[in-house]
Amino acid sequence: MSIGGNGARPLVEMEDMNVSFGGVHAVKDMYLNLFPGEVHALVGGNGAGKSTLIKTLSGAQKADSGNIVIDGAPVVINGPIDAKNHGVETIYQTLALADNIDAPGNMFLGRELTTGLGNLDDSAMEDATRKIMGRLNPRFENFKSPVASLSGGQRQSVAIARAVHFNARILIMDEPTAALGPAETDQVRQLIRQLREEGLGIILISHDIHDVYDLADRITVMYQGRSVGTVDKDDVTLDQVLAMIILGKPPSDVTEAELEELHG
Amino acid sequence: MALTEDTTAKTEQQVPDEQAAGAGPGPLGLLRRSVSSLELDTRLLGMVIGLLTIWVSFNFWSGGTFLTPRNIWNLTVQTSVVAIMATGMVLVIVSRNIDLSVGSMLGFLGVFMALMQAEWLPSVVGFDQWYTWIVVLIAGMLLGGLVGALQGTVVAYLAVPSFIVTLGGLLIFRGLAWLQASGRTIAPMDSSFQLLGGGARGSVGGTISWVIGVVACVAVILLLASRRRTYLKFGFRVRPLWADIALMVMGCVVILGGVWYLNQYYMPEPLARAYAEANGLEWPESGLQIPFGIANPVLIAIGTAIVMTFIATRRRYGRYVFSIGGNPEAATLAGIKTKRTIVLTFMVMGILVGLASAVQVARLNSATSGLGTLQELYVIAAAVIGGTSLAGGIGTIFGAVLGALLMQSLQSGMVLVGIQTALQDVVIGIVLILAVAADVAYRKRQSR
Repeated sequence: MSIGGNGARPLVEMEDMNVSFGGVHAVKDMYLNLFPGEVHALVGGNGAGKSTLIKTLSGAQKADSGNIVIDGAPVVINGPIDAKNHGVETIYQTLALADNIDAPGNMFLGRELTTGLGNLDDSAMEDATRKIMGRLNPRFENFKSPVASLSGGQRQSVAIARAVHFNARILIMDEPTAALGPAETDQVRQLIRQLREEGLGIILISHDIHDVYDLADRITVMYQGRSVGTVDKDDVTLDQVLAMIILGKPPSDVTEAELEELHG
Repeated sequence: MALTEDTTAKTEQQVPDEQAAGAGPGPLGLLRRSVSSLELDTRLLGMVIGLLTIWVSFNFWSGGTFLTPRNIWNLTVQTSVVAIMATGMVLVIVSRNIDLSVGSMLGFLGVFMALMQAEWLPSVVGFDQWYTWIVVLIAGMLLGGLVGALQGTVVAYLAVPSFIVTLGGLLIFRGLAWLQASGRTIAPMDSSFQLLGGGARGSVGGTISWVIGVVACVAVILLLASRRRTYLKFGFRVRPLWADIALMVMGCVVILGGVWYLNQYYMPEPLARAYAEANGLEWPESGLQIPFGIANPVLIAIGTAIVMTFIATRRRYGRYVFSIGGNPEAATLAGIKTKRTIVLTFMVMGILVGLASAVQVARLNSATSGLGTLQELYVIAAAVIGGTSLAGGIGTIFGAVLGALLMQSLQSGMVLVGIQTALQDVVIGIVLILAVAADVAYRKRQSR
């Protein structure tokens, strides 16, 4: 698959997104769309505005202006619950786990299963967690201890399980492999491919340009809050992507001299 | 599938650890294995052992007075006020906050409730109406909830640290208590309101105590059984059957043994005579042994602890409080309304202060503006000795109640053996520090 869904309706369209903090314009007139069965990588240097942009989609940050369209219908996302109701799940770089609570508690945090009387149904939550972990990470056994006592990989699988369990259609992954060893990174990559096969749209933020080049169908580069451009991975070289990230210009505008300098 | 080969494996470490605890040949190994099958909280077990040690030591030191039914009965009554408040303080501290105002608030609400029943209500409806006590109690708890919610609102929505807000509250409520009382001692209290405070009339008597004990015992058995049934239904690992049965037996022995022991405290002769007369009993030559039974404040404290444990562990709200304490950012990203949760937590604290204040006022049969001075420190200490972490996210209601009982045991034990007040404070201060030091060391070992 080269381009996600030729001619299909985009799953998500973000138009004219703007976010500022005080005087700093963190996201300027950003445009981004995502098709079903596509991995769309969002790359850029530190402070380019990647995380801020996706936070407006995940509900963690309100945009100052801009439109978000999901499945062709404009939506208002005022908080994480709104985003989740639209099928947007997010795996944050920090994993966003409550360390003092066990894996089932974290998986269902904010969306607890309850009995008829509104009491927490811990057994049902543990059962569901065991089932999804059986699929994602069969060696995961620690369902009763706080996640603080788990290894990095296990914690990561709790965060992933949480995103996948609720039938996400749009998955945002912010640096999903940054804290992982090589073997675990490989597993996350496999998982991303598998979820793409299942028809999810995935927005992938990563510092690891090889990760991006390996997984993405399309790549959007951000530079100082703006979009440098969106390119099909198959149409560009790794060098060209790097040039976009560093110089903040689309490949067509980059001069030979600048490229020379880059390779210095 | 992805993520199958998890390279780091703390899971695996824990299994051998558990086995190691039960390993070793001979009777000692068998004992250890058996104890670990019970899956008891070792930390709480340690506290119980500490408590029993204190009790036995003071009993020796006082020449057998400490463990008399009378002293234990008094101990339970004296513990209840701090215990009621400590159950709320656990949630406040778990949510990464603190409430320094509870002592002053106890005074403020106490004077308010005393004035209400001694002056305001009587001037409208007359003295000693049957409903006076409940009207006063509800008004006190509502006012407590209101001022608690106010403090919580400032903490959550104006982002002022709770230490500062409640430090202000400490001064404000004490001042308000003075302004209300204008230096007077307000007494006496409504006769039915007094029953909240214990004493001969404010206890449930021997028979009802036994009934409560049996009901509690049945509840323990049913709870453990239903938990076992659910686990088996889902195919989770359960304790061996004998261990569950042993726990049921142990629970019942503790409950019924406690009731039996408290029921050994009999009314002194004048009280017993009055009781016999009131109930149309004949007074025999040898006298009558009429047990007080469990005191109302103790039942209130136990009831509060059960309700609060339920809220903390079985309700969404409790889960949210713990998640905020563990990672506020994660709680927000999970869509939890963290600010509202914090306001609720301070509100619950206020309601409990109202309840505790009613018990205290009823017990003293009076209120002064100095009521509850320094109580906040005992309440916080009870929660912390009971294993609540000031860093947030960790704590149990049961632990806090045990903490309150432990501190009260120390204090009344020292009174009993005649240690002067100044030295008592020194000892309690040292115990507080040692208890937390032991806790920190314990947790370090656990997390390794």
